[in-house]
Amino acid sequence: MAEFTLPKNSVIQEGKTYPAPEGATNLQEVHVYRWDPDTGENPRVDIYNIDLDTCGPMVLDAIIKIKDEVDPTLTFRRSCREGICGSCSMNINGSNTLACTKDISDIEGPIKIYPLPHMPVVKDLVPDLTHFYAQYASIKPWIQSTTPPPPDKERLQSKEDRAQLDGLYECILCACCSTSCPSYWWNGDRYLGPAILLQAYRWLADSRDENAGERLDELEDPFKLYRCHTIMNCTETCPKGLNPAKAIAEIKKLLVERKIA
Amino acid sequence: MSSNNRPLSPHLDVYRLPLSAMLSIVHRGTGAFLTLGTIVLVWWLMALAGGEEAFMSAQEFMGGFFGRLILFGWSFALFFHLANGIRHLIWDAGYGFEKDEVEKSSFIVLGVSGFLTFLVWIIAFSFGVGA
Repeated sequence: MAEFTLPKNSVIQEGKTYPAPEGATNLQEVHVYRWDPDTGENPRVDIYNIDLDTCGPMVLDAIIKIKDEVDPTLTFRRSCREGICGSCSMNINGSNTLACTKDISDIEGPIKIYPLPHMPVVKDLVPDLTHFYAQYASIKPWIQSTTPPPPDKERLQSKEDRAQLDGLYECILCACCSTSCPSYWWNGDRYLGPAILLQAYRWLADSRDENAGERLDELEDPFKLYRCHTIMNCTETCPKGLNPAKAIAEIKKLLVERKIA
Repeated sequence: MSSNNRPLSPHLDVYRLPLSAMLSIVHRGTGAFLTLGTIVLVWWLMALAGGEEAFMSAQEFMGGFFGRLILFGWSFALFFHLANGIRHLIWDAGYGFEKDEVEKSSFIVLGVSGFLTFLVWIIAFSFGVGA
């Protein structure tokens, strides 16, 4: 049964408020979820006030500024700062996205930042993605084929076959979609979630892969695949504009087609 | 460092559910409500089989304010579940997954179920039900 409330150790307490820097005129309030594994205290939300006149345009710029100038203990993942590595995925003002591609100017009122929802927190904005990666490994995300490759060249694809991968290969596994999905919240131990299922379809759709039958056998499961109820949070939230819900529907269709073929 | 005291990050409290997610909850709720409604239907049929007195008292309850309220809710639940069920069929066929299509179909489902509910009640009252 789904647990709709947070466990006792996860209930959020009131945090510290940091004063605005002197002489700042273009102030922005930033609320950030904090949890320190070393104190034994519950998580809290700290409130920072930053001067946007000396800050870059993105939410990631704001939290880097906080870490640099106000509170060096603030912990988060980031790397490429251009929406291709998927490290800085977090919940910003109610939906999951990449902090590096989220414009501060698109947000009205305070910026409210939480870690990706319904995940174990390692520290502050860093969730534990171990299970998510294990689920990714479980779908065998590589080309499986029995026929030997041509001796003198790569396995080539027609332009049309290659186009089948558009909208799938762009996924950066940031986990925004999976952690936006209520089905993944309640059944994430067994449901693979939108990100992993989109990846599963990426290999089913690849003309060079020859193991579609076994891949579908693995997916034909009430929990792994069929916990998807087309809630559509995944597609709504994907920071890369991809459509995991549609990819999942395509998998379901393949399973039906194989039964009636 | 022990990892078993890790807190669970907030979910329902902080997530801003889009319209499609709200309607998914309503679909679940109307489904459950319809199941309860079939029990009421069985009760009404049993009253019908139980003779004039039993039937009249069942009729009196269903024709009263509370009974009508249940029937109104039931008719909306029926039409919503039907309309959204058809949307699910279209999704299962692989269509209507683009964000703008989902938004449009959400409003269509709400509009159609509201319209059919009011249509049924206008027809019911114009035939003098409960009079």
